[in-house]
Amino acid sequence: MSNVLVVAEQQHGVLRSASLNAISLGRALVAANGGGTLTALLVGHELGSAAAELARYPVDQVLTVDHPALAAYLAETHAPVVAAVAQQLAAEQVAATATSTGKDLLPRVAALLDAGMASEIAAVVGPRRFKRPMLAGNAIGLVEVLTSRVVVTGRQTEWPAAQPSAAAAPITATAVPPGPALGAEVLGLAQLPSERPELTEARVVVTGGRGMGSGENFKHLGALADVLGGALGATRAACDAGMVPNDLQVGQTGKVVAPELYLAVGVSGAIQHLAGMKSSRVIVAINKNAEAPIFQVADYGLVAKWEDTIEDLTTKLRALRSA
Amino acid sequence: MKILVTAKRVPDPEQKVKIKDGALDLSGANFIVNPFDEYAVEAALRLTEKVEGATTRCGEVTVLGIGPKDMSQQLRSCLAMGADRALLVEGSDEGLDSEQVARVIVAVYQRERPDLLLLGKQTVDGESNQVAQLVAGYLGLPQACFACTIEASADGKSVVVGREVDGGTETKRLPLPAVVTVDLRSVLPQSVRNQQTPATHAYPEGPRYASLKGIMASKKKPLDSLDLATLGVTATPRLKLLSLEAPPQRQAGVKVESVDALIDKLRHEAKVI
Ligand SMILES: Cc1cc2nc3c(=O)[nH]c(=O)nc-3n(C[C@H](O)[C@H](O)[C@H](O)COP(=O)(O)OP(=O)(O)OC[C@H]3O[C@@H](n4cnc5c(N)ncnc54)[C@H](O)[C@@H]3O)c2cc1C
Repeated sequence: MSNVLVVAEQQHGVLRSASLNAISLGRALVAANGGGTLTALLVGHELGSAAAELARYPVDQVLTVDHPALAAYLAETHAPVVAAVAQQLAAEQVAATATSTGKDLLPRVAALLDAGMASEIAAVVGPRRFKRPMLAGNAIGLVEVLTSRVVVTGRQTEWPAAQPSAAAAPITATAVPPGPALGAEVLGLAQLPSERPELTEARVVVTGGRGMGSGENFKHLGALADVLGGALGATRAACDAGMVPNDLQVGQTGKVVAPELYLAVGVSGAIQHLAGMKSSRVIVAINKNAEAPIFQVADYGLVAKWEDTIEDLTTKLRALRSA
Repeated sequence: MKILVTAKRVPDPEQKVKIKDGALDLSGANFIVNPFDEYAVEAALRLTEKVEGATTRCGEVTVLGIGPKDMSQQLRSCLAMGADRALLVEGSDEGLDSEQVARVIVAVYQRERPDLLLLGKQTVDGESNQVAQLVAGYLGLPQACFACTIEASADGKSVVVGREVDGGTETKRLPLPAVVTVDLRSVLPQSVRNQQTPATHAYPEGPRYASLKGIMASKKKPLDSLDLATLGVTATPRLKLLSLEAPPQRQAGVKVESVDALIDKLRHEAKVI
């Protein structure tokens, strides 16, 4: 038996969907410990609607720590809150999805709890034993956390989003003082609003590489993505060249995705890129170079220039959709 | 500004990963500086130099490596890039977990008292992405992980960091001393500003190559060895790698001749559209 605490995320009072993957991970931890309670924690300010949403999912309780000083996410102020709640609940296992916040926050929580941590786990093998990809996805490690308290983050693609449960979980507000900000402050968040689904959750991802030539040309991939209801991705080379925003990067050190359909256009298939998309169900590559390594992982390869294929593909798929 | 940068050596990611008897087979492996650590060295150099025609130093960069004796090669290459001195704490590559590495860094931080601790955001082999956050937690320092831009204030007392987060870029100000980890974009031409080098200056993209002069100079730069006992580090590991296995391999599929053939396969064979 073990108490498991999962750290959920919200932004402006809206629950972030990565929280649902964390719940699946939390349930797996409870199961591996032969039962126990699962608590989902929300830290921030004005959490009412996010908490109500979170309570619809299979957790035993939702805890909120609401304080104006916690409104903007800061590892400095949030980590002590998560650690204090873990202690209050005697939670032996603390988990979150490996989003940029999860990656930033959980190790700091582990430091405050003097707990061992396993990052980006893909499977729970036992109460302290986990599997995690390493070396750009070229090896799967079996690791054991040696402390009694365990902190983990889960790789989002490996943990399905939890489904709503029949009964709503109770929501309790608990007062924990925020940690000191240590002088740190968030000055701003530049986000480009997108109508498209989130890269890590999309059923279809259309990715462009350096071969697209310019940011302007990405609009053709955008149109293709829209016909398929998909998200747009990019390689490091395309992001570095400023063709598209950095947060579209797919790969070992960008976002890891595993959609039903992954279309790579003008992408060579470097190992760091493959590490972020190899688990997609169906991979399509369009590249003018027949020797490009991407073809070694593609289910369907088309040796062609994007200029000669993408508009045609988009038009024909659109026609199929409306048929 | 006084900067402490950490560097780990990793097997060259371009070489095929070999697994033997449930462990990494490193026979014939070439080691390189973890790319993100190399970017951290580059960012540290940009923060501590003034480029105006000629380049002059206006700060100090110490590179800390934790690894086997052989790692002095990789530390020399950081010195050849321009770092001022290096410290090598001896340990095996795989023997130390994030916890032990973090405790070593904490101990060295306490001896060196740098203004800024700069680390790569992750290693490309272990990929744990924990060490900097642990160190910041232990030292009670503010942290900014995944930096794509770093700007030092004119008074040298704070930094403004652009952080690559899901969905965009967050700008965070930290008073020094602080812990910062660098992401890929930190080595773009104008990612780092230090109020010394003109803001219009554009660096070549990527970490700098060592010049011949740099390589010659690196041989005379101090590279001191330290051991865990001297540092007073007694941390026990908190994570153990029990075994490694190869992931399932993906088979290459087929080439199709045309857009029509592709659509046909996707509809009738893969049934994905
Ligand atoms: C530490 C580190 C981390 C990294 N992390 C990542 C990561 O997370 N994600 C990532 O993607 N990369 C990452 N990289 C970079 C990676 O090694 C490659 O450099 C990068 O993925 C290459 O991007 P690309 O395929 O777009 O470009 P290129 O390798 O230049 O390939 C371009 C391709 O486009 C094709 N092409 C050109 N013109 C056309 C045309 N008109 N029509 C069709 N095809 C065309 C070419 O044949 C070529 O195959 C990382 C590198 C390092 C060192």
